[in-house]
Amino acid sequence: MSETHELSTVETEPIADPGLPAHEPRPTDVDEKAETRAERQVATLFGLSTIFTLLFCVSYFWLEVGDEPDVILGLGASNLALGGFLGLALLCIGIGMIQWARKLMTDEEIIEYRHPGSSSNEDRDESVKILVLGTEESGIARRPLIRNSLLGAMGALGLVAIIPLRDLGPLPGDKLFHTIWKKGMRVVQDVDATPIKPSDMEIGQLINGEPGIFFEEDDEGEPVIEGAELQVEKAKAAVVIVKMQPDDITPSKGRENWGVDGILCYSKICTHVGCPISLWEQQTHHLLCPCHQSTFDLADNGRVIFGPAARAVPQLPLALDDEGYLIATSDFTEPVGPSFWERG
Amino acid sequence: MRLTQKLSHRIAGRLSAGRRGRIAAPLVLLLGLLVTGGMYAAFVSPASAQDQSADEDMVAKGRSLFLVGCASCHGKNGEGISTVKGGQYGPSLVGVGAAAVDFQVGTGRMPMAQPGTQALRKAPVYNAEEIEALAAYVASLGPGPSVPAESEYDVKDATNEDIVRGGEFFRTNCTACHNFAGNGGALPRGRFAPALTGVSEKHMYEAMLTGPQQMPLFSDEILSPTDKRQIIAYLKKNEETPNYGGFTLGSLGPVSEGLFAWIIGIGGLVGAAVWIAANTTRSRKKTQHE
Repeated sequence: MSETHELSTVETEPIADPGLPAHEPRPTDVDEKAETRAERQVATLFGLSTIFTLLFCVSYFWLEVGDEPDVILGLGASNLALGGFLGLALLCIGIGMIQWARKLMTDEEIIEYRHPGSSSNEDRDESVKILVLGTEESGIARRPLIRNSLLGAMGALGLVAIIPLRDLGPLPGDKLFHTIWKKGMRVVQDVDATPIKPSDMEIGQLINGEPGIFFEEDDEGEPVIEGAELQVEKAKAAVVIVKMQPDDITPSKGRENWGVDGILCYSKICTHVGCPISLWEQQTHHLLCPCHQSTFDLADNGRVIFGPAARAVPQLPLALDDEGYLIATSDFTEPVGPSFWERG
Repeated sequence: MRLTQKLSHRIAGRLSAGRRGRIAAPLVLLLGLLVTGGMYAAFVSPASAQDQSADEDMVAKGRSLFLVGCASCHGKNGEGISTVKGGQYGPSLVGVGAAAVDFQVGTGRMPMAQPGTQALRKAPVYNAEEIEALAAYVASLGPGPSVPAESEYDVKDATNEDIVRGGEFFRTNCTACHNFAGNGGALPRGRFAPALTGVSEKHMYEAMLTGPQQMPLFSDEILSPTDKRQIIAYLKKNEETPNYGGFTLGSLGPVSEGLFAWIIGIGGLVGAAVWIAANTTRSRKKTQHE
């Protein structure tokens, strides 16, 4: 056939002697005892693999999981045994195969020539003939109406891929510029919604806070905000409240009355890429982001003193309500969290 | 039944008849004062006097220990020593309370072996009695949090609800520094938040209450004693839970896991591949089969 024809074109080798060393036999090729030994080694490895697989099965049924799991060296016994035995079973098959290939299978060097890249001329002529025949019989060249409408239909199918991109929208609008904080909303401790009196805080205290509305219920006992909406608002509204020596604080112009008795409130969302930051060193007043080590000085208006963050961490202005609990006097005066294009 | 009723009525009647007498009011007053005073003398006075003198002994003993072991940094009266640059060699101990002393000395952090970025945990230098004396002395310098009672931090009876709630508080307030598994983490300038494993319940409570070194404090008014106990219950439960998924690799998440996967896992595979493809032994003997 054509293959023999093509192969026969490579008759002389491009390099007469590529310099391969003469083949030398292995011990297993010349020594029958070594050959038998290698054979037994391979069989033993495969046998061990079978045993490990059986042990895997046994440990699956034998070792307890659940509320009172079996424990080996402080580790879950079931996971350890299942993983260990399965790993050993596979490892033994692998080692056995390699031993088999290296010791017993033949290792004579041979030369294999590459197949030619193109098909034979007869095959190529045949293919062209089929294509031409197909074009003629379908009449696609003679019937432009069918051809063009088909092209149109195929093109329209592209809409199927494009239309669902609508799900990426709508655009966020001004959502990134505002949070749920507003004038008069109580600042409470996260998790249990404890309202905060300035006298309850000591110098050096940190409170992880949330807006009080997250814990409020309507007349029917249902939470005012819940589900996805709660998560969205929480992602922007979380704050840290800290109390420092009032003398240590250097408020910038316009922020003089944003604190109460040395208590200041800052956004908990890092201005770099939005990690929650509550790693506060009470002696240095530094707030550190554990993700990329951006460091903010909370005694100095949340100024960035180290790290990749570009903006100071936003501050929430505080005041007291009639009962003496901490409240916000407005929303944040700038967008919280990472910068974005439209922020300017 | 009827007899006792009659009798009590009669007695009440007699007494009632005399209650408007001229000397009745002063008599009752005198009687009341005598009884109260007598009770006070009988029960309260000697005990409290004893306590007071014991307290004074304790403070005096604490002061003598303080002068030897603490005063070189914290000042002879615990007022603190400032450095030339305006920093603090040892901070003032006025108002830090007994709880702070019990934590710092009880965990061996104080006295420090040498000045440094952070006081390290080590075997305590003072015994329980000496720590109590030191605490009594420092507490006498100014009002501060006292050592919590055992009922405040005892977590033997903690329910599942307590532990779950404690986990919420822990993740909100503590994980930023102490790691999600309580294994500690790094802080700037060579400082670090220590691991929370193997720390006694009392010391955990005191740390939250007093905010040692860079740690912020969490006052009882906001993070209530119940909240604190729940956090401790969560940490203790966490400590005794076996590592069901295998080795924790320091509970550092993807950092140590990636390190192991790349160096030991992939490195091992590369090594094995190189070894497999290495030259096999060859024999100089002629083939017998041929």
